[in-house]
Amino acid sequence: MIDLLRTRIRQGFRTAPFPPAEPALPERYRGLPIIARGACREGCEACVDVCPTQAITVRDGELALDLGRCLFCGECEAACPAGAIRFSRDYRMAARTREDLVVTADGYTLARPLDDAMRRVFGRSLRLRQVSAGGSGAEEADVNVLNTVVFDLARFGVQFVASPRHADGLLVTGPIPQNMRRALELTYEAVPPPRIVIAVGASAISGGPWRGNPEVCDGVGSILPVDLFIPGFPPHPLTILDGLLRLLGRLEKEG
Amino acid sequence: MSVVAAARLRNAQCVDRDAVPRLAPDALAEHARARVPREARIVAFFGWPAPGATAEAPAAELLLVTARDRESRLELVATTVGDAYPALAPDVVSAARFEREIMEQLGILPAGHPWLKPLRSHAPYGPGPHRLHDPTLGIGADYPFFRVEGDEVHEVAVGPVHAGIIEPGHFRFQCYGEQVLHLEIMLGYQHRGFEPALIGGPYPRTVYQVEELAGDTTIGHALAYAQTLEALGGCDVPARAHALRALALELERLAAHVGDIGALAGDVAFMPTAAYCGRLRGEFLNMTALLCGNRFGRGFVRPGGVAYDVDARLAEELRRRLDAAMRDLEGPLDLFFESPSVTERLEGTGPVTHADCEALGLVGPVARACGAPRDVRRDHPTGAYAALHVSLATAATGDVHARALVRRQEIERSAAFIRELLASLPPGDVRVACPPPASDAIAVSLVEGWRGEIAHIAITDASGRFERYKVVDPSFHNWPGLELALRGQQISDFPLCNKSFNLSYAGHDL
Repeated sequence: MIDLLRTRIRQGFRTAPFPPAEPALPERYRGLPIIARGACREGCEACVDVCPTQAITVRDGELALDLGRCLFCGECEAACPAGAIRFSRDYRMAARTREDLVVTADGYTLARPLDDAMRRVFGRSLRLRQVSAGGSGAEEADVNVLNTVVFDLARFGVQFVASPRHADGLLVTGPIPQNMRRALELTYEAVPPPRIVIAVGASAISGGPWRGNPEVCDGVGSILPVDLFIPGFPPHPLTILDGLLRLLGRLEKEG
Repeated sequence: MSVVAAARLRNAQCVDRDAVPRLAPDALAEHARARVPREARIVAFFGWPAPGATAEAPAAELLLVTARDRESRLELVATTVGDAYPALAPDVVSAARFEREIMEQLGILPAGHPWLKPLRSHAPYGPGPHRLHDPTLGIGADYPFFRVEGDEVHEVAVGPVHAGIIEPGHFRFQCYGEQVLHLEIMLGYQHRGFEPALIGGPYPRTVYQVEELAGDTTIGHALAYAQTLEALGGCDVPARAHALRALALELERLAAHVGDIGALAGDVAFMPTAAYCGRLRGEFLNMTALLCGNRFGRGFVRPGGVAYDVDARLAEELRRRLDAAMRDLEGPLDLFFESPSVTERLEGTGPVTHADCEALGLVGPVARACGAPRDVRRDHPTGAYAALHVSLATAATGDVHARALVRRQEIERSAAFIRELLASLPPGDVRVACPPPASDAIAVSLVEGWRGEIAHIAITDASGRFERYKVVDPSFHNWPGLELALRGQQISDFPLCNKSFNLSYAGHDL
């Protein structure tokens, strides 16, 4: 008993002060990419050529980067001779629609909260059932980490539950292998409406590096309506937490 | 019995395809029986369609890779088969899953196989005539589960969607009351088609798929892939890159083992260690993020070296964080291993015998917990492991307690190893250009990931492209170990046993 107490005291208080305090991220962390307007050299598509998932397109001489496909590898930034793409350390990247996931020189549209009716239902208590469908284990691990003392997700009223019948929605990871499609559909049907669906990671949003393999369905969107997209390969736990809080309108004051 | 010559090579080397002796199918079976498991173990046994194979006249090339751990040697033999060949599984148990895979992928029948069932339940890759699964039915619909019949015997089905935040798989228990008579694990839900996607590769996307093979083993698989391409290209990786790769691989092991002990504590409701290890696991992931910006090491290991250097300031920061984390870890680990309420739950739970371990060809901490001293870092060292040694952690009892104990020892040894690496980082570059792969060659690359032996084997065609790329995740070898560990146990101990193995579904399903 003495040892238990001694160990407890030595461990200290470990819950991160986020929010409202801004978290410390590693120097080499690649977060939200920033696109400089008019920086591209004429005819140059070096970034388009090196992108492993064809996330970058050029429209009227301006770049558009689809965070739903982006693996945050930084190859485009390294290949660009003009500094048109730069990965910032901004971890906030969750979006409400597939179209909003596209970054341009005009910036990026972060997720808006659920509408008032849905917020009345879920705003103070959201129960999620996690479904891994082709997830590599990394996305699952960094969702799970939200339950540790560091992030202490339960203090925001968000909890992961064992049964879809106890859940308000699904949090899905992985590109959805054909072999998991039916199980995902059945789990969704078991969640009583109103219900939400959250896609976490490049694979869940677009298929990620697996896109186009006949064995996968290229993400959740092809099967279920998605309410929140959280990009990353895998997303940092803070990106996931920020996305959940944004959806619930818990970060509204800071915009 | 005649002794058959095999192509011999060391880890992360390549040979000409012509140098691999081509045996008759029954001679290959004889070759395996003479060696496995007494002198050698199966690293991989797999195939690909032979030139000109059709549905009417199926033919496949099969390659058997075995390891002689004490001699640091790998042996390769090949054969060409038609629509059937004599199965190895009746005599060589560890071949059983590989032969199910061969039949599922190629439609080639391993005649006499005692346990022919779908392995991943996907559509076949080749044109062969034999089928284990009808893809139009969906996974599981035609899976022939082993059943125990009798009064009061009941069946429990779990999955694919489980209660926790965890990957999908299906578990079928045959129970008598609380007692598990038999457990069968049906996988395949995570099948993303990695191996067929690599034919004709490597492609720009390949390395990112490799990093997702088993997401918590990003460094392990990326390193196995890099070693394969470097062996095929004849690339001389700088010593500094070797050291940084070993650093990242040991950080990955630390994060996983600390997380596993925390999860075991959670499963026996010992909350102090569960909470503290949950936090401390993140400290090791964050150290990996210092290396490359990503907590799982995505983008760090690349063919030819590593993508990021560690300067003196970062080395000092890593040392400081490692010391702090190891200091904080001591208390939670002592509490866990010294609390009678914990050890009482771990000791004698989920045992695997040494004989079963050898027959199944188990690898990694699971095998070392059964007293099988095998570790790629010692037996087939590459890079920094050839110069600096990690002493082997073993235990004898093969139960959950032994698997936890081995992890604890490995945590301490990995930390000591990282300190050595950081104190003696060789100067120089961290990355060189990796020449293109040799044509008509076979390369074998082994890495001791935190779960055990990761094997990548590449076979190139006349133009140096992949004709076949085979991955064997340690989970492939170890899933049957979990099935055996549950025999005669209480079904309520399943989560604890499962956590003590902590195998990858994605790594198995590919």
